[in-house]
Amino acid sequence: MTADIDKTTGPADTPPAGPEAIKAVPVRHYGRYVTAVVALALLVGVVYAFSQGKINWATIPDYFFDDRILSGLGKTLLLTLLAMAIGIVGGILLAVMRLSKNPVTSSIAWFYIWFFRGTPVLVQLIVWFNLGLVFEYINLGPFYKDEWSDFMTPFLTALLGLGLNEAAYMAEICRAGLLAVDEGQTEASHALGMSHAKTLRRIVIPQAMRVIVPPTGNEVINMLKTTSLVSVVQYPELLRAAQDIGQTSGAPAEMLFLAAAWYLLVTSLFSVGQYYIERHYAKGTTRQLPPTPWQKVKASTFSFGRPKGGTA
Amino acid sequence: MSKKLSTTDAPVKDAAVPMVKAEGVHKSFGHVDVLKGIDLEVRTGEVFCLIGPSGSGKSTFLRCINHLEKINAGRLYVDGELVGYRQKGDKLYELKDSEVALKRRDIGMVFQRFNLFPHMTAVENVMEAPVQVKGVSRAKARERAMQLLERVGLGDKAGNYPSQLSGGQQQRVAIARALAMDPKLMLFDEPTSALDPELVGDVLDVMRDLAESGMTMVVVTHEMGFAREVGDSLVFMDGGVVVESGNPRQVLTDPQHERTKSFLSKVL
Repeated sequence: MTADIDKTTGPADTPPAGPEAIKAVPVRHYGRYVTAVVALALLVGVVYAFSQGKINWATIPDYFFDDRILSGLGKTLLLTLLAMAIGIVGGILLAVMRLSKNPVTSSIAWFYIWFFRGTPVLVQLIVWFNLGLVFEYINLGPFYKDEWSDFMTPFLTALLGLGLNEAAYMAEICRAGLLAVDEGQTEASHALGMSHAKTLRRIVIPQAMRVIVPPTGNEVINMLKTTSLVSVVQYPELLRAAQDIGQTSGAPAEMLFLAAAWYLLVTSLFSVGQYYIERHYAKGTTRQLPPTPWQKVKASTFSFGRPKGGTA
Repeated sequence: MSKKLSTTDAPVKDAAVPMVKAEGVHKSFGHVDVLKGIDLEVRTGEVFCLIGPSGSGKSTFLRCINHLEKINAGRLYVDGELVGYRQKGDKLYELKDSEVALKRRDIGMVFQRFNLFPHMTAVENVMEAPVQVKGVSRAKARERAMQLLERVGLGDKAGNYPSQLSGGQQQRVAIARALAMDPKLMLFDEPTSALDPELVGDVLDVMRDLAESGMTMVVVTHEMGFAREVGDSLVFMDGGVVVESGNPRQVLTDPQHERTKSFLSKVL
């Protein structure tokens, strides 16, 4: 009962003085070698085909850090992060509304999710862009008044279009997270005299995050790529910048590969970030947090080979 | 719904007011009647044990006391005040959530499944309500929480998360968490039913200490030994009604009712 769970003492240093350890010939997995060879051959074939194709690979490094590309990348990142921020905040709000006892708020949330999830995001973007057909002016009383077309810049169109659409998806993810928290948690919190709002903020949402974070990471990566759609509302993000250069430099296909490389690079970075966020919210759910990659590297570097008596 | 509740005179608060008073309490879930008219009184400072087979409604009754469940008919008073309603003249008004929360501050509850907050350490669990509900400073709350953890014998486990504690330790943290709000009444919902037999003793010891300190306790339990030793009153419930009640030593050794006899013969 009083075992120190924190300090997982690794495998004992002294081998157990029991019977002689078993030395057996391990099972050979020939299938693994075969599949590895086949996969490698396919990869080499594909790489060779592309290298022999009519693609001028040399242009990619030339333009990889081009100002227009970097500016487009910056805009893509900005749009991704802001749209996700709108999506996450809106999503939590909608999920709480949807689960509320109040029939009005839960119906509003239901309707919102129904509408924004039910129409393609591309259509929503174009509609936002053309909303000047409905609202000629935007008039916020004494604070702000302008023509719709001046107010709705490509950036704002893109941000609203992506963010509001994302909120609908995030709402469902958040709702799943909130429902995954044991009802006993809410009861215990209420029994202590905590209000609904405090119970949500202090008890339920922190636990829901563990369920919410992995699919949200997915959504971020999805959003990064979906931003490429906003080229239709004249916003110069990464893909549009790459296409523009492609047209002027006469290397359109090469610039697409360049854009793809950047997208891959950024999604890889996001995945690393996700790992650490998940680790943060795993607090208390496992007896010991999984090591970070860096800790793993340190452990394997300083422990000199395999731990002895490895019967983990 | 409030129309169905019969109206009686609002009680006058004085020293002789029982801590809990139930008058014809009914509760149903859909078409299932779980409580069919419960009448009982828990005096201030006593340990009141509720026993009975599962499904007899004892846990439901306990949850009605702090309004986790709404009663359908009858009257339920805690310390002389109606639970969940306010009476003006002969009309009942439902209390707002915030008013219900205010009353729950004074009633501690311990659950069968502990329900500790898994993302907080033991000491954070105990500090949470005083800080969030009463606005106590974190330093003061921590100091008090440490005292309470010492009291339940877990001073050295303050920094552990619930997943790093045994069931018995978790339940003792849960008791400390409830005590941190300085309740005038403690409700125990089968506090030892989810524990390994060897861990039950530690939790019962803490409850025994608490009873000796004069805390009013309503305990739903299957621990007949505890009821006999520590209990001041005992009620045997079955099928949503009180079958038999009285001094635990008397009821447990010499039950008068046939149903009580057959139940006790199975569990003793």
